[in-house]
Amino acid sequence: MIKINEKIITNCFSFLIYAFLYIPILVVVVYSFNKSQFSMIWEGFSLKWYRELINDHEILTATWHSLLLGFLASTSAVLLGSLAAVCIKRYKFQGRKLLHGLVFTLVVIPDLVMGIALLILFHFLPVPLGFWSLFFAHTTFCLPFVIVTLHARLGQLDKHLFESAKDLGASEFVLFRQIILPLLGPALISSWLLSFTLSIDDVIISYFVAGPSFEILPLKIYAMVRTGVTPEVNAISTIILGFTLLFVVGATLIRRKK
Amino acid sequence: MRASQRFKFISLSITWAWFGIFVLAPIVLIGITSILTQNEISIVSTPLTIQSFYDTLTGGYAPIFLYSLLIAATTTLLCLLIGYPFAFIITRASNRFRPLMLMLLMIPFWVSSLIRAYAMVIMLKAQGLINIALIYLGIIYKPLHLLYTDFAVMSGLLYNLLPFMVLPLYANLAKLDHTLIEAAQDLGATRWQTFKGVILPHSIPGIISGVILVFLPAMTLFYIPEFLGGAKTLLIGNLIQHEFLVIGNWPKGAAASVILMLITLLLLIPYWKSQPKPTRAKS
Repeated sequence: MIKINEKIITNCFSFLIYAFLYIPILVVVVYSFNKSQFSMIWEGFSLKWYRELINDHEILTATWHSLLLGFLASTSAVLLGSLAAVCIKRYKFQGRKLLHGLVFTLVVIPDLVMGIALLILFHFLPVPLGFWSLFFAHTTFCLPFVIVTLHARLGQLDKHLFESAKDLGASEFVLFRQIILPLLGPALISSWLLSFTLSIDDVIISYFVAGPSFEILPLKIYAMVRTGVTPEVNAISTIILGFTLLFVVGATLIRRKK
Repeated sequence: MRASQRFKFISLSITWAWFGIFVLAPIVLIGITSILTQNEISIVSTPLTIQSFYDTLTGGYAPIFLYSLLIAATTTLLCLLIGYPFAFIITRASNRFRPLMLMLLMIPFWVSSLIRAYAMVIMLKAQGLINIALIYLGIIYKPLHLLYTDFAVMSGLLYNLLPFMVLPLYANLAKLDHTLIEAAQDLGATRWQTFKGVILPHSIPGIISGVILVFLPAMTLFYIPEFLGGAKTLLIGNLIQHEFLVIGNWPKGAAASVILMLITLLLLIPYWKSQPKPTRAKS
């Protein structure tokens, strides 16, 4: 009897937590199809807000900018990160500890502080706030995650492969391009995907280093919510949610296939 | 041989250049800015002074700092009280349900936190789902004032950060050997004794990771108090943001950031101590 009660309690508890996690999101999705503008009263199914979204050039431009920035920043983060991970793993050099410390700092430093620090840097360099400042910032905050992922993967690889390649006369560059990079393959892809999501989702760092010449989607949404709740935000949130879901489920299925 | 040295040289230079310019320099600059003086024309200038730290720690800022710490601590405690049993339940779930339970926890984790903060606004506003439901059920007759309160800010933070508490706790508790619990019970330990003597000590590293992952963002996710809190609910994050982008007093904002970094550092000390010492790899 006690066993059964316990089971019911744990099930109810889990159910409540999932309800807490999912109901707000579901409400956003449902109301993105609501005809009414102001109230939560259901006035009928409509795609009106999606139509308005498609005709909103500012949002389309911001979305395009976000995707472009995510693509370029995560690509450069993976390129730089693979070089850095190989350096940290394979070479002895002065200041190796400092580099380690900087990678760790980047992981733990609050986004807000990093955003401000970069803003100060761009002010002094000077880099105008816009595409380039965002690109440098995004690449930088993605870097530690790439390095940690790749560094862990490098540790799992067979060291003898590197040694035999060297014995057979491969230069470090050939070793890097023809042995290390192909072996890192899946880890490169997963760290690219992680960087891409980090870049697309970031609000806080971008908030400080973005300029009016290059608007991105999260900041656009932020501005829209601040000025007042509009059903358009429901619609764009639903679209982003849809892509996130596809992404997560897809990644899980791919992993399970392996 | 020279070619291989060249690759090492080039890749090290690129790595150092990037980290030097975009990580080391900004952190040093934030420290320098915090001891400069505000200037109308070039934003900051000499003379050096610690006035900004003094202003931040006394004046009107001290209560905001304390209030912010209080809200973050309460949120963290709530996350822990809810997240701990939940993480434990997931570890005890059958092999069939565990992956599903984890995935259902991961999905909100991947959803943009901005959208999740916004979803909370939709729930709590006067015409929001909670008020509609309560009125429908006849519990209340006119909408409760939920949005723009401390309650709303904490709900938003809890909603955003709960997975960050559950996931490290789960990773930690999953490694706990269940025969230990059985052994304790066989030896006559009560449930409380088993929890206090076996489960809790084992999960300290998980608790510390979770606390760090929740506490710091709870102070710095400035858009959550902005969307959900009233005009009075200012947290450190909002303060720093305001100081930089609205008032334009960079030294003061930088000083507050330096203090925030120090708080981060303080939080990390128990984390380092709780981690098993890494075996030093021979390079």
